[in-house]
Amino acid sequence: MKRQAGLSFTVVVMWVLLLVGTGAGTVAWAGDVYRIGGIFAVTGPSSFLGDPEKRSMEMAIDEINAAGGIDGRKLEAVIYDSEGEPTKAVLAANRLISRDRVLAVVGTSLTPTTLAVIPIMERNRIPLVSCAAGIDITEPVRPWIFKTAQSDALAVGAIYEHMKKEGIERIGILTVENAFGESGRHQLQTKAEEFGIQIVHASSFGARDTDMTAQLTRIRGTNPDAIVCWGTNPGPAVVARNLQQLNINVPLYQSHGVASPRFIELAGDAADGIYLPTGKILVADQLPEDDPQKEVLTRYIESFESRFRMPVSGFGGYAYDAVYLLAEALKGSDGDREKIRSSLEQISGHVGVTGIFNFSPEDHNGLSSDAFVMVRIENGEWKLLDQ
Amino acid sequence: MQEILQYFFSGITAGAVYAVIALGFTLLFNATGLINFAQGEFVMLGALVLITLWKVLALPLIVAFALSVAVVALIGILMERMALRTVRKPHPIVMVIITIGISIFLRGVGMLTWGKDAHSVEPFTQHAPVEVYGATLLPQSLWILGIVLIIVAGLQFFFKKTLAGKAMEACAISKKAAWLLGIPSEKMVLAAFAMSAAMGGVAGVLIAPITMSSYDMGTMLGLKGFCAAMLGGLGSVLGAVIGGLLLGVIEAFGVGLVASGLKDVLAFLILLLILYLRPSGLLGAKSIQRF
Repeated sequence: MKRQAGLSFTVVVMWVLLLVGTGAGTVAWAGDVYRIGGIFAVTGPSSFLGDPEKRSMEMAIDEINAAGGIDGRKLEAVIYDSEGEPTKAVLAANRLISRDRVLAVVGTSLTPTTLAVIPIMERNRIPLVSCAAGIDITEPVRPWIFKTAQSDALAVGAIYEHMKKEGIERIGILTVENAFGESGRHQLQTKAEEFGIQIVHASSFGARDTDMTAQLTRIRGTNPDAIVCWGTNPGPAVVARNLQQLNINVPLYQSHGVASPRFIELAGDAADGIYLPTGKILVADQLPEDDPQKEVLTRYIESFESRFRMPVSGFGGYAYDAVYLLAEALKGSDGDREKIRSSLEQISGHVGVTGIFNFSPEDHNGLSSDAFVMVRIENGEWKLLDQ
Repeated sequence: MQEILQYFFSGITAGAVYAVIALGFTLLFNATGLINFAQGEFVMLGALVLITLWKVLALPLIVAFALSVAVVALIGILMERMALRTVRKPHPIVMVIITIGISIFLRGVGMLTWGKDAHSVEPFTQHAPVEVYGATLLPQSLWILGIVLIIVAGLQFFFKKTLAGKAMEACAISKKAAWLLGIPSEKMVLAAFAMSAAMGGVAGVLIAPITMSSYDMGTMLGLKGFCAAMLGGLGSVLGAVIGGLLLGVIEAFGVGLVASGLKDVLAFLILLLILYLRPSGLLGAKSIQRF
């Protein structure tokens, strides 16, 4: 008897919850707000991406609302956590569309999750501004899909341009055996010819390998002018240390995958002298006053750090830019998704945290290689190189 | 020539660490017939505890070294007392599955204690690398090789010359007969767990300065150590050392001369071949029981 009472109580509670849930979904849809969805890997192994992205999106929305909103209407964010998993991202996307009835979606944080939600966005004709880096998101161009993160190809371009200036022609490459490393290797190989660079040896290492001296010895044997290492921590730090231990005096280039203070901490003094491409946010204080992004970057860093009391990372900017781009596209759209889409496509010269966006029907990323700057690590500090 | 020598040095260094991990497997197998799949996690704990004690708390290296190994040995003892001793029907398969559970548990503890990021620490001593015919030999490699040598000599002495060592060996041969002869076999098993865990801790301490340490580093190292132990012959101290060094050198030459992507493939190919062709390993007893 007692058990039955407990059961019926649970059922009643569930009914109430269900009613409240759907009720909130319909009542709040009043037409006086523009609702934007967000899907980020807020928890899970990729939370270093999703967490700052979620915070930055909320911050951007508050800023826009404080300035009076768009055409007199406020923005409202509905953000879900994908945990970095494609299935959860798909669930969140469906929910945003059918229940929350959002006008557009920002996210997701990762390339696999973005690729998983693209078909849903296209079918429902919802503009998506992704924060993931994979080049497959915007190539080939899909009408409803945009992205704010720089592609790997741009990082490779920045490295090769720097090499050309330094007169480097023969390089050895060492990439990590995962999706990031594979993409890097592919871009390094396809772009080499364009810049007159010859890859004399390509090696790889496992993400958990403890020692890369054998690979580096083999690369040294081919007498390269420089070595490029493509990976995320901790592998590249081991490479930097091994290179120093083996006393190989060849310039080492790393990817933007290690552009965080953590890398310098891990590699110690072996980090000195390493070149790498990074978004301008890492060296914002060293940018010349006339840099077009300087003002946006300073404002973003100051408000992020004072609001969340944590150091800014390079990733939150993707979501921050996405919200501001959508806000610009929302102007005069009266909530019409096709109008939002077509005005997104026409945005040009938008100065963001990540870079200057020039969208066009052929380019839905809108960034050029100046979204990356080359830095050199000197005495454990990032040093901006002359561009 | 210079390159061949460099691959050899790289291989010997990695191999010496595999050898210490393999010793951990072998010591425990000798006394209990168990394979402990949490051996790799002991390596992880050894490395991360050393980093905490030496780098963060700034204890002298020798103290930090000893304390790290002691902490890991204590964890080994706790594991035996709390998770394995209490099993009602100690069937080997059940015990092995419990050790897998413990490895997952320890990895979780490691993640919560030290976070998901990798940590690094300086080499034991700040000497410049030594040049040998154009190849570079790191001081840390010399440290590793020296310590491994001491451990092997110590273990040989322990098993061949001391009463406790012989008692432990007797337990391995027949627990019941040893018990009848008045050998406290339960204590011997506990001692074997402590020594085996301590080996894992030593391996972690040795490897911490040459690589980056994180909560999930143990699995692969444990598997490599297991390969080395199988290659040399489970149960043989000398076999574990030879198996470890051989595996390290084969890996380094595989990366250097064949292809870098094949490194782990080679290790496991060797394991499969050994299991198929010579299950007792290079130096192992002719007959070996597998479950």
